[in-house]
Amino acid sequence: MKSLILASATRLLIAILFLFSLFLFFRGHDEPGGGFIGGLFGAGAFTLYAIAYGSEKAKETLRVHPISLIAWGLVALVISGLIPMFMGEAFLTGKWLFLDQYLNIDFKLSTPLIFDIGVYLCVVGFILVVIFSLEEEQEE
Amino acid sequence: MLIAVAAIFIAGLLAPYLHMALKKNTVYLLALVPLSVFIYFSTFIPEIAAGETVRQSTPWVSLFDVNLSFYLDGLSLLFGLIVTGIGTFIILYGGGYLEKDRQLPRFYSAILIFMGSMVGLVIADNLLSLFVFWELTSFSSYILIGYYHEKEESRKSALQALLVTGLGGLAMLAGLILMGFVSGTFEISEMLSMGDIFRESPMYTAILILVLAGAFTKSAQFPFHFWLPGAMAAPTPVSAYLHSATMVKAGVFLLMRLNPALGSTDLWFGLLTGFGAFTLIMSAWLALRFTDLKQILAYTTVMALSTLTMLIGIGTEYAMKAAAVFVLGHSLYKGALFMVAGAVDHEAGTRDVRKLGGLRKLMPITAGAAVIAALSMAGIPPLFGFIGKELVYEAALSIPDVAVILIIIAVLANVAVVAASCIVVLRPFFGKEVETPKHAHEAPWLMWIGPVSLAGLSLIFGLLPFLIDSAIIKHTASAIAGYEIDFYLALWHGINLPLILSVVTVLLGVGVYFIWDKFQDSKGMQGYGTLFAIFPKKTYEALVDGLLKLAAWQTGILQNGYLRYYLLTITLVMLVAVGGTFFLKADMNWFPDFSGILFYEYAIVGVMFVALLFAVSIRSRLTIVISLGILGFSLALIYILHGAADLAMTQILVETLTVILVALVLIHLPNLSKEVEVSNAGKIRDAIIAVSAGALVTMLVLATLHLPFDDFISRYYASVSYTEAYGRNIVNVILVDFRALDTMGEVVVVAVAGMAVYALIKMKGIFNTKEEGSR
Repeated sequence: MKSLILASATRLLIAILFLFSLFLFFRGHDEPGGGFIGGLFGAGAFTLYAIAYGSEKAKETLRVHPISLIAWGLVALVISGLIPMFMGEAFLTGKWLFLDQYLNIDFKLSTPLIFDIGVYLCVVGFILVVIFSLEEEQEE
Repeated sequence: MLIAVAAIFIAGLLAPYLHMALKKNTVYLLALVPLSVFIYFSTFIPEIAAGETVRQSTPWVSLFDVNLSFYLDGLSLLFGLIVTGIGTFIILYGGGYLEKDRQLPRFYSAILIFMGSMVGLVIADNLLSLFVFWELTSFSSYILIGYYHEKEESRKSALQALLVTGLGGLAMLAGLILMGFVSGTFEISEMLSMGDIFRESPMYTAILILVLAGAFTKSAQFPFHFWLPGAMAAPTPVSAYLHSATMVKAGVFLLMRLNPALGSTDLWFGLLTGFGAFTLIMSAWLALRFTDLKQILAYTTVMALSTLTMLIGIGTEYAMKAAAVFVLGHSLYKGALFMVAGAVDHEAGTRDVRKLGGLRKLMPITAGAAVIAALSMAGIPPLFGFIGKELVYEAALSIPDVAVILIIIAVLANVAVVAASCIVVLRPFFGKEVETPKHAHEAPWLMWIGPVSLAGLSLIFGLLPFLIDSAIIKHTASAIAGYEIDFYLALWHGINLPLILSVVTVLLGVGVYFIWDKFQDSKGMQGYGTLFAIFPKKTYEALVDGLLKLAAWQTGILQNGYLRYYLLTITLVMLVAVGGTFFLKADMNWFPDFSGILFYEYAIVGVMFVALLFAVSIRSRLTIVISLGILGFSLALIYILHGAADLAMTQILVETLTVILVALVLIHLPNLSKEVEVSNAGKIRDAIIAVSAGALVTMLVLATLHLPFDDFISRYYASVSYTEAYGRNIVNVILVDFRALDTMGEVVVVAVAGMAVYALIKMKGIFNTKEEGSR
């Protein structure tokens, strides 16, 4: 039940949707957005792709299993917590690196950012694992 | 001392790997571990003999006063020496007994872990760490009893022992915690001098009953005695160690340990002496009902444990003396006899005394050890068991009020034990040679070194009691009593009442032995066996079955598999619990203020209401989902109108994905069949519950709004969000920085849920074939 219109539209839209998802993610610390919202948006974009092209194609495009996305997300969470511990501070203390001191860009690297990446990956992984499993079931 | 305990545990964990490398020689290396701990404990003998005590402490969970503190006095030293000393022989014996068994490494592991727990238990000074070690012994004994795990009987016996001792252990934990509250400390050495505080506390009865529940289950006192003979399903090295010399004595040990704190009250005397004396006479004669060597020994073990329980209850100086001597005497002869029984089983292929005979020529060394150990058990001079029995008689006579009853019980029980001693040694080793399932020959030295040494010690301590009396035994008795007792042990006390009773006991016992063949299977004995051996076990089984049926019944009601009833239950519970509290407790003096609501807000709510009506009146599931989606998006619109951009975005995204997900799920659902369709009455019921739940939540929100709002927290976050976390989006800063640990927990929940969904969907095929109940 593939729709040519949906497929063509998705092909054009998908890149923009993902860019927007990343945009939402990165601006999250200062403006509405962040890992959770960005992750939901990214997952939504991928769901659109899966509906348009089928979950087999979507899985190929994703390359990794969604559960490994969840796993890497959890790893990121733990790493963001452990970094301050190596610097002698409590688990999950925020640590910052201001790039504008060295380069002429207004961007901050931080452990909360790593933490947010973890959230993003977990959310995307969760939604996709559910959608793929259900879609597969349907195809059987 | 911590290192000594830890060393045994570590040896237990390493055992399987050592076995891979060393094969047959593992046994020697592993036996060195308890041996060196034994030697280590021996170095404390001079200090203890000088009347001192040793205490070492390492903080563990200091917040709750749980310390790994250890305390050596006469009592713990004697037990420590017994556990490690016999433990050394058991390792050697087990290495020989299970030599060809491929699970041998597991035996090493489990028995060493058990040994470490047992050593920890007897030298622990902290009640809570004592409890941890106590439970570890239950746990490791579960593995050891279930060693032959391919056999259903082993598994059942292991579970039975675990459940009985585990339940008792839980009761005991409650008792120990109460003791901690009453005294304000968990260190036993401090409690020992607080006897009056415990005895005068209103909690005393509760503490005593709870602690006794633990001690009685562990030490197999009536009505919990049935698990110990059941535990004979374990390999014999395990029975010899756990079920005679060590673990079952843990209960008695606890009673001895706490005697100065909880003892010398009427209740203590009544419960301990009463249960002890009853179990004593009951189990001693029950031993004569059986023909399996291990069963006979198991019941005489129960008899020995109840002797100790009775002695501690009696509480006189004589009783303390007797208890200290009897513990050592019993460990020596019973450990030896169990190992002998195992050797006979191993070499001749059966443990049934009716099928054995004349083994003394084929197994001379084992026979020798058996004879000496059995003489000690029967209480014949000049063995150590004789001294013990004389003291038990003296102790029974030391309470004038009940002396007559106690001495009759003690003598009658010992008559049965003398007969049992004759059975376990005369039947297999003497008489005519009988054709046995295996052609018997002498056991390997690993298997006779233990019984020979232990039997030898029974003889040496009997002949030369001064070797140990003032060095250890005197201090053991003093530690049990809580005050200094001074005495010397001797074989010959002159002609007195206990001696005369001993002679009578032996003569009657031998008499019973000669009529045993007919007596054992007589109608009376059959009935007796049914009443005390089979009936308690059946009761236990009925209780466990009943519990399982109850669980199945209530699971069937609560977990009925119908999602809508789950929802119904959850909603009803919320209505009753929250609604009830709300109407009873909350200030109902509020009135909603509708003045600030703008017209387009009314419009949005109107759209929501229409969507809602549509959702409840339509039959197509997909349409229902979509109209609920409309509801969600309208809600997002309200968020936007009030400036909550983050919330609105999340709401829109979640709503979109939910619609997609639910739509995907719906495709799999079958059409509602007539039989599951809700009746009209059901619909009305659902409507009432739904509307009430909605009304309750609405009222809750309105009532909350009516309360003064303290914005301290939001102001705090707003002010520090940029200065401390360099972010202007407060919501995000809270999520990823201020309250990152909470978020982490939530993300883990999401991750687990994702994996669970995956697993459930992938495993659907598996469950469909196995369970018809997948609705």
